[in-house]
Amino acid sequence: MINSDIKNLLNSSNGKKIATRAAYGSALAELGEVNEDIVVLDCDLSKSTKTSLFAEKFPERFFNFGVAESNMMSAAAGFATMGKIPFVSTFSVFASKRACDQVSISVAYPGLNVKICATHSGITVGEDGATHQAIEDVAIMRSIPGIKVFSPADATETKKVIEKIIDLKGPCYVRLCRGSVPVIFNDDYEFEIGKGIKIMEGDSATIVAAGFTTHIAIEAAKKLEDEGIEVDLINMASIKPIDENIVVESAKKTGLVVTVEDHNVIGGLGSAVCELLCAKNPARVIRLGVQDKFGTSGDPSVLVSAYGFDSDSIASAVKENLRYK
Amino acid sequence: MDSNLKKMLEQKARDIRVDIINMLCAAGSGHPGGSLSIADIFSYLYFSGILNIDPADPGKENRDRVVLSKGHACPVLYATLAMKGYFDRSELKTLRKYGSILQGHPDMNKTPGVDISTGSLGQGLSCAVGMALGAKLDKNDIKVFAIVGDGECDEGQIWEAVMSASHYRLDNLIAIVDLNGLQIDGFTKDIMDTSPMAEKWSSFGWKTFEIDGHNYDMIEEAVKKGISVKGKPVCIIARTTKGKGVAFMENICDWHGTAPDKEQKEKAISDINKACL
Repeated sequence: MINSDIKNLLNSSNGKKIATRAAYGSALAELGEVNEDIVVLDCDLSKSTKTSLFAEKFPERFFNFGVAESNMMSAAAGFATMGKIPFVSTFSVFASKRACDQVSISVAYPGLNVKICATHSGITVGEDGATHQAIEDVAIMRSIPGIKVFSPADATETKKVIEKIIDLKGPCYVRLCRGSVPVIFNDDYEFEIGKGIKIMEGDSATIVAAGFTTHIAIEAAKKLEDEGIEVDLINMASIKPIDENIVVESAKKTGLVVTVEDHNVIGGLGSAVCELLCAKNPARVIRLGVQDKFGTSGDPSVLVSAYGFDSDSIASAVKENLRYK
Repeated sequence: MDSNLKKMLEQKARDIRVDIINMLCAAGSGHPGGSLSIADIFSYLYFSGILNIDPADPGKENRDRVVLSKGHACPVLYATLAMKGYFDRSELKTLRKYGSILQGHPDMNKTPGVDISTGSLGQGLSCAVGMALGAKLDKNDIKVFAIVGDGECDEGQIWEAVMSASHYRLDNLIAIVDLNGLQIDGFTKDIMDTSPMAEKWSSFGWKTFEIDGHNYDMIEEAVKKGISVKGKPVCIIARTTKGKGVAFMENICDWHGTAPDKEQKEKAISDINKACL
């Protein structure tokens, strides 16, 4: 059932779906008004990453680097040394893989204040296929020292994350998505670095989700509830640092954890939860997501089912594993 | 160039070279060849008065920036910064040792006077592009110097940066290519031929100057003219000798990344000092 403590933070209307990348662009355009240090860098994808919304309002603070992600990432480091707050956007595949060494050496090693906000993450990119579906980005960014990793679940949380990281001194990676998702939170919700939020409550199992998968996990939890199985559903936008307490306490209570991510199950949210629980409170963890294979072209909802993290798959994983408790 | 200034710069360069040899011998590893090749240019940049910098205030907001994109040549930077007064010269013997402020490649958070961390080739010039863009945005009239290796120009990222600097008309950016003709595995013409270097940069829209990188008159003329160029970035192609000043190191690619032992150190210092006789 819905966590009564946070009921007033949830969106009660059935409004239209919004992509987190769109919420990002809007947030940037708003924040650009109040913070003149913000500069935005993009690599010929501003219409897709939605940084175009900032570029239209503040053309003098928007820098297009053409199709050259390595140069853009290092240039962002240069901007940061001049006291600017660079937001760097491209697709997640390019931010994490093409520009990996630049993220590590130009940005993270000196700890520079660069906000890497990458869109089109996960297989839910859909039709573009494997070359454009980032399934390793969280693993890569999480393993680079000093980089914080955030994966907001909806438009509200995206806006809150972007507002929050303005005050964060140092590098971070924000994982945004192409596809539209329901608005889960209302504007009273506040994102905190290192904190997750329990959206639903129950004793049978714990589901941990982030980003695109949170709304799918909510569907799954509701289906389970209809069958009399109540679960804790934790939204973990702050993947690094992760909220240790909320996961450990829930795992202690339920004894079964299912993680759901639009990412390879190696190195992402599921791994982060396993690393944590192994040390603090060993529990059975089922990692749903991309099972160490590449993505493929297709409609995102078809892919989510084919790769086994649609709401039915999540509900089945919980039910099948209850017997091990 | 004024003859007294030239004499002073030549002496500084000798002192820098001696410090490079001493610190590399103490470290037991590191990169002498490309540090020695660029020593005269460092002497000019830091001791001619051309840079607006203050060793007492390394983070001064409106200072000129120096980016050692070929970060492995950091001994020349460290020797120069110590001589300039950014930190005590005794630190030089800690190069590459655990706990040292002098890392194997430049670290902006550990070494006063280092404007950006570098070491992975190709990235420094892009960082310099970001600095130059940031300065322009603030209408901050500073200059950004980036020292690039000729072997480093094999990196694709260099040409991404070259293209973007020209696109944004960064006339506050001056790149200096240390064209010593050698890289780790041999002569650049054999390993990866980057010639004609000047034509490449100028075809990307940069104003280029070709000079002898050990001739102070030419260095001064190029840098001063470079600073006055408007509307485009400037590249000074400095023809240099790798290992310059130490006869047994000159033009030998094995001295790219090998430190001298004690005997070699004495011989090297004697070579350097002979040059002033």
